Amino acid sequence: MATTTEQPPVGFGRHKRVEDARFIRGQGRYVDDIKLPGMLHGAILRSPLAHARIVSIDSSRALAHPKVVAVITGRDLEAQNLAWMPTLSYDTQAVLATDKVRFQGQEVAFVIAEDRYAARDALELIDVEYDPLPVVVNARRALDPDAPVIRDDKEGQTDNHIFDWESGDAQATEEVFARAEVVVEQDMLYPRSHPAPMETCGALADYDRVNGRLTLWCTTQAPHVHRTAYALVAGLPEHRVRVISPDIGGGFGNKVPVYPGYVCAVVGSIVTGRPVKWMEDRSENLMSTGFARDYVMHGEIAANRDGRILAIRVNVIADHGAFNATAQPTKYPAGFFSVFTGSYDLEAAHCKVTGVYTNKAPGGVAYACSFRVTEAVYLVERMVDRLAGELGIDPAELRLRNLLAPEQFPYACKTGWVYDSGDYPTALRKAMALIGYEQLRAEQAERRARGELMGIGVSFFTECVGAGPRRHMDILGLGMSDGAALRIHPTGKAQLALSVQTQGQGHETTFAQIVAEELGIPVADIEVVHGDTELTPYGLGTYGSRSTPVSGAATALVARKIRDKARLIASAMLEVSPDDLEWEKGRFFVKGDPTMGASIQEIAMAAHGTVTLPEGVEPALEAETTYDPPNLTFPFGAYICVVDIDPQTAKVRVRRFVAVDDCGTRINPMIIEGQVHGGLTDGVGMALMEVIAFDEEGNCLNGSLMDYLIPTALEVPDWETDYTVTPSPHHPIGAKGIGESATVGSPPAIVNAICDALAPHGVRHMDMPCNPSRVWEAMQGRPAPPQ
Amino acid sequence: MQVTVNVNGVDHTREIEPRLLLVHFLRDELDLTGTHWGCDTSNCGTCVVLMDSEPVKSCTVLAATAAGHRITTVEGLERDGQLDPVQQGFHECHGLQCGFCTPGMMLTARALLDRNPNPTDEEIREAISGQICRCTGYATIVRSIRWAAEHSDSSSAQEVSV
Repeated sequence: MATTTEQPPVGFGRHKRVEDARFIRGQGRYVDDIKLPGMLHGAILRSPLAHARIVSIDSSRALAHPKVVAVITGRDLEAQNLAWMPTLSYDTQAVLATDKVRFQGQEVAFVIAEDRYAARDALELIDVEYDPLPVVVNARRALDPDAPVIRDDKEGQTDNHIFDWESGDAQATEEVFARAEVVVEQDMLYPRSHPAPMETCGALADYDRVNGRLTLWCTTQAPHVHRTAYALVAGLPEHRVRVISPDIGGGFGNKVPVYPGYVCAVVGSIVTGRPVKWMEDRSENLMSTGFARDYVMHGEIAANRDGRILAIRVNVIADHGAFNATAQPTKYPAGFFSVFTGSYDLEAAHCKVTGVYTNKAPGGVAYACSFRVTEAVYLVERMVDRLAGELGIDPAELRLRNLLAPEQFPYACKTGWVYDSGDYPTALRKAMALIGYEQLRAEQAERRARGELMGIGVSFFTECVGAGPRRHMDILGLGMSDGAALRIHPTGKAQLALSVQTQGQGHETTFAQIVAEELGIPVADIEVVHGDTELTPYGLGTYGSRSTPVSGAATALVARKIRDKARLIASAMLEVSPDDLEWEKGRFFVKGDPTMGASIQEIAMAAHGTVTLPEGVEPALEAETTYDPPNLTFPFGAYICVVDIDPQTAKVRVRRFVAVDDCGTRINPMIIEGQVHGGLTDGVGMALMEVIAFDEEGNCLNGSLMDYLIPTALEVPDWETDYTVTPSPHHPIGAKGIGESATVGSPPAIVNAICDALAPHGVRHMDMPCNPSRVWEAMQGRPAPPQ
Repeated sequence: MQVTVNVNGVDHTREIEPRLLLVHFLRDELDLTGTHWGCDTSNCGTCVVLMDSEPVKSCTVLAATAAGHRITTVEGLERDGQLDPVQQGFHECHGLQCGFCTPGMMLTARALLDRNPNPTDEEIREAISGQICRCTGYATIVRSIRWAAEHSDSSSAQEVSV
């Protein structure tokens, strides 16, 4: 391939991506690219109604279609005890509806046909009679006494309540609020949005009846968890289930849950004895798979007149849709929302989250949210801006007065999280200098005088990522740790197998760089294997920015195991004591005689050769490890955004966006920058455009990309990024993870900028998405109701 | 019905249903899976191919309509083992992450550079504005296409294996 000829680093640094070679040639291998002999195609019939009793399903006309092989309904699954499956939140979810449908787009029947067009045609031939029921789509109304009970399938469930969860100290917080000089309250909605990865969800199931083996190619971010789930749900022996997550066209949390379509493909293959592929279309993706957010929040912030922030209190109604199918650690039904304490030194904090069912698609934890840190950061950063407005203090200045100081780390926040490391004021000052904060404020004053609407928005976020520790964090009882296996072949080439999986993050490059950094083996000599349960060690998968904090640590540690063993082998090769050897990247040498040494490649050959190894040292150079993180990591950043709003059309334009991120040690700055850019674009989408809304009857109003608007190249500015480096003290290489920082941190910066721009109109807050019609309403002094 | 479509310089004749979309013709009949499918509404652009050198969304073109036209897919960008400068640019400038939108983006870029060898950043953004990328935030795609514009003389590039 013709490229520029800079030497790639052996270790950390800008390294062009290994995986590009196949993608730029159109040779990626996504689920829908895989064809098997005799393969059939599945399609799902979905409910047109949000809440209705199923009176009857008649598939006879569909079965008469010459190309239809089978039609599976909930009744058929019921006979196998498969009509319902457990969710990752210990709730149940209908695979195919039996009694009722509970949201528009719910799975009702599965058609299997000879080709994808015929499968779709046959959906039209299934006759379903529904008896409509009252609908509840507004989370605020879900617990009303007259609200229809959605989950009457659950014994003892007499309302739409799922859980109550609290964090912090309610009484201590009340005491601080009682003596505070200033209290600001704000209702806000983090609206329902959708990750909408470019590749929709799908699966190809191949069940071998003779050997009882199931191979499932699936759009999953967590292949090992899925394998265990299939073993638990379908009673399939786990050692005969192989889940392969091939190239994945974006995940963003949308591909963590087990979806009914996957289970239908598996059942379809078992029933027909042939491979069955199911790929959802875009509307199915938007209307039925894991959405994000939908948090109805009431925030309160207490402070002194001088701007000292004292306490924050939040009440949340969390809309989980018709089934509680969120994926987050079991003990945390609201994810890590309790990190709403943000980046500030508070005296007290308390939150209460109430989860409710509504007649909407299930989900909630997705779209690069770091288990609800997105909602937490939005809440606290909007509250701080509201306080700044109330006190008449510049929002950047107010933050500088309250940010945690570097010497306060490790810092135990009032809801129990222990922030590992940080230098917050440096990051914020850097962002302010980069964007020219003072000059911008002066420009804003001039423009305001001319009647122009310009806004400057600041946000400072603290993320918490890299779940576990496993003693506190599990999914379906599976502790949140991850594995890495490294083998050095005799010729010094290496293979690294990871339990995490990539959806575009570039693991094949960055994880090879970690090995290169530790062992001095060039990246080109390291093959990274991932996404196949048969070839990789067990682990919980890639979401919540886990890969670098957890599997990255595992990779460094397994490489160090190899290095420790290599020292013993080198000592045998060189006939010196291991203690007399010194390591420099790529080789051991005898202390005092650098010419006498052995490279890692020579050691690998010796490990497989005939040299007499020290007592207790086995031949070969292979190791495996599973990493149980002692704590989460806490990336942080300072974001500043400039917006201009057209006073005539109310259209918001993001003019500039400066992002200063700190993800600890930086493995590959090019990939980090790319991750930040992507997250910032998500932020523009959520702040300005993206929403999944419903009408009163539960019809999804944003079920296609005609209605669900995603930023294009014209809606986003040329991003300006910079960084600081504060390594995590407990991570083997000091890395913190970056995948979700920008998605978490950018929406409040943009909304803060918009509210700042609209201050002359008396606007103190408006809910996302800040699209022209809603901004216009806000400018007229009648903010549009939440969508 | 029988159609003959010229894809990447080769005529392919197939018996197809009249309603077959070009994207499925390419993927299912010709096994050219580099052309992706991402929405039903012509919004996402992962299915973009060139039809007589113009970008089209192959999810809204019937295979029958493409008969008699020249179709270029991502698999046709590399010539005689030499990557198109656009492909090189995406690799050099990190213009891709998950890779799903990449083929469509690169083909639009090729068409842009063919008619405007030295586009401004604004012209590049305009050209790709009918396509969605969820990973990159577009800035690196813009850089990639600019790189390709600046390295259009492929003979000046040096051969390095990737």
